[in-house]
Amino acid sequence: MIVSKTSVSAKRRRGFSKKGQKLLMGVLTVFAAAAALIFLLPTILTMANSFMSASEINANYGAIFAKTEEGGKTFISEKINLKFIPDMVSFSQYYTVLFKSPDYLFKFWNSVILVVPIVIFQLAVAALAAYAFARLKGRLKEMIFFVYVVVMLMPYQVTLVPNYLVSDWLGILNTRWAIILPGIFTPFAVFLLSKIMRRIPFSLIEAAKLDGAGEFQIFIYVCLPLCKSALFSVAILVFIDYWNMVEQPLILLSDTSLYPLSVFLSQINTGEIGLAFAVATIYMIPTLLMFLYGEDYLVEGIAYSGGIKG
Amino acid sequence: MKLKTYQLRNAEPKVKKVKEKKHKGSFRKTLKRDGAFPYLCLLPSLIGVLIFFIIPFCVIIYYSMVDNPINKEFVFLQNYINIIKNTAFRRAAINTLTFSLTAVPLAVVLSLLLAMLLDCKIPFVSQFRTSFLCPMMVPVASVVLIWQVIFHYNGVLNDFLANFGVDKIDWLKSSKGQVVIVALFLWKNLGYNMILFLSALNNIPKDIIEVATLEGAGAFYKFFRIKLRYLSPTILFVTVLSLINSFKVFREIYLLTTDYPYDSVYMLQHFMNNTFRNIDYQKLSSAAILMAIVMIAIIGALFIAENKFGEDVEG
Repeated sequence: MIVSKTSVSAKRRRGFSKKGQKLLMGVLTVFAAAAALIFLLPTILTMANSFMSASEINANYGAIFAKTEEGGKTFISEKINLKFIPDMVSFSQYYTVLFKSPDYLFKFWNSVILVVPIVIFQLAVAALAAYAFARLKGRLKEMIFFVYVVVMLMPYQVTLVPNYLVSDWLGILNTRWAIILPGIFTPFAVFLLSKIMRRIPFSLIEAAKLDGAGEFQIFIYVCLPLCKSALFSVAILVFIDYWNMVEQPLILLSDTSLYPLSVFLSQINTGEIGLAFAVATIYMIPTLLMFLYGEDYLVEGIAYSGGIKG
Repeated sequence: MKLKTYQLRNAEPKVKKVKEKKHKGSFRKTLKRDGAFPYLCLLPSLIGVLIFFIIPFCVIIYYSMVDNPINKEFVFLQNYINIIKNTAFRRAAINTLTFSLTAVPLAVVLSLLLAMLLDCKIPFVSQFRTSFLCPMMVPVASVVLIWQVIFHYNGVLNDFLANFGVDKIDWLKSSKGQVVIVALFLWKNLGYNMILFLSALNNIPKDIIEVATLEGAGAFYKFFRIKLRYLSPTILFVTVLSLINSFKVFREIYLLTTDYPYDSVYMLQHFMNNTFRNIDYQKLSSAAILMAIVMIAIIGALFIAENKFGEDVEG
C-alpha cells in the first residue's frame, strides 16, 4: 500500500530537531490558549458585569442600551467600556433581583417547572424504551427505531406544527403541558440510551436469569446500574437543551406570564440592563454547576452520541 | 451490524471486556423466551411518539393537501406551489440555507482542527477542553447581553475595528447579520463537535498509524489517506448534528433582535412564528412537510456519500 521509497524523507522527519518540536508545541499552546480565551470571555464578562452597580453599568453601556426611540440608532458618542473588573463590587443587582422584583424569580421558577419534569420523565420513558430496543429483535423493531431517528432529526420548525396540532386537540394549548408532554416523548434520550444498553453483555443478563431474576428485576438491578453514567450524561444534555428553549414557549404559550426565563430575558427593559446581567448570571448557575460536577459524564455522553449507525 | 460505537477510554470497562459478538446469536434466540416485558417497556414511549409526533404528522400531510380545514377540498400540490411562491418563505428558506451552508462546513472543519490541536499532546489539554465546552453549557439568553455589547452599532467590535480605520458597521441590522450568527453558532457548537472528533481520533487503531509511520508515510498522507477515512462516520455525524443545530440559531437571533429582525437574518423559524400567529394550517403544514422532505433528502445524501467514502474502512 505504501511505497517504501518515502522512507528517506521519514528518516529526515524523525530527525526533526527537538528544539523545533518544542517551538511548535509552544505555538500550538499559545494558539489553543487564545481560542480558549475567546470561548470563555463572554461568560466571564457576563458574570463580572453582574457585580457592577446600576450606575456603573449605565456609564459603561449607556451608548448601547440607553435609548428609547423605536428603531432609531443612538448617536451618543460615548465610548463603550467593556470591563472585567467592576470599579466596586456590588451585590445591589442581586439584591434587587432576589428580594425586590419577584418577576424574575417567577420566570426562573417557570423554567424549573418546565424543565425538571421533562428531564425526569423523558429519562424514565427513554430508559424503558431503550431497554426494549436493546432486547427486542426483528424487522418491526428496526422500523420503529428508524422512525424514532427520523423524528429526532427533525428541527423544531417541523415538529412544532404536529405538537401545536395535538395540543390544540387535547385542549392543553397555552398551558405548561403543551411543552412538557411533547418534551417527555422526544426520542433523543431513547436513541442515546439504546446505543449504550445494546452493549450490555448477554452473559450478565443470563447470569441474572439463572439467579432467578425476572425481566423487571434485570432491568432495575442489572441494566440501570450499568447505565448510571450514561443516564447522568443524557440528563445533562436534555437539561441544557430545554433550559435554553425559545421556540416552544413562543408558539405553544400565548400567556407571557408562563414564559421561562430564557425567553423573558430578552424582553427586559433597556433601563434595567444591570439587573439583566444579574439575572443572566443566576440563569447560568444550574447549567454551570452541572458542568462543573458532571463534565466527565457530559463528555462521555457526547462521545456516545457519535455514530448514528451504531 | 457494524460495531461502530465509539468506545471511550474509561467508559464502563467492566462491560467492554466481555466479548459481545460470540453471544449474539443465542441472545437473539432467547428473546423469544423473555415474554412481554420488553414490549411493555416500549409502550409508553411508543404511544407518546405516536400521539405527539407521528399521528399529527400524518394529519398535517392531509392538511397540506386540502384547501381549508372546513371545506376539505382536495387540492393536491396547490398549497406547496403557494408556499414556494410565497416571498417571505423564500427569503427565509434562502437565508436559512445560506446560513447552514456556511456554518455547517465551518463547524465541521474548525472542530476537527480543535480536536487535532488537543490531540497533539500540548499541555493543559483538560483545561482547554473545559473551556471549549463551556459555551455549550451557557444558556443563550445569558450571554445575549454581551453579544449586544459587542456587535451593537456603538459596540466593542466597531470600536476595536475603528483602530484599523474600518468604518462602523451595524452588525445586527445589515447584511452582515449572517456573519454574526455564524460566529455565535460556531462559538456555541464547536465544543460538542470537538468532543466527538476527539473520541473518534482516539479510536483510530494505533497500529495502523504506527505501521504507516514506519513505512515512511508523511503526516499529510497519514491524515488524508488514513485518519480521515476512519473519521468519516464521525464527520457524517457531526455534519448532521451541526445541520440540526443550525436550525436552532433562531434562538440567538430572536434574543438579539426580537421578532423583527433585519432581512438577512429572517429565518424559517421566524416565518413559522408569523404563520402560527394567524394559524394558517395550510401554510404551516405544507411548509413543515417541505422542510421535512428537504431534511430527509439532505441527510440521506450525506449517508450515501459517507458510505462511498469510508467503504474500505471497517470502522
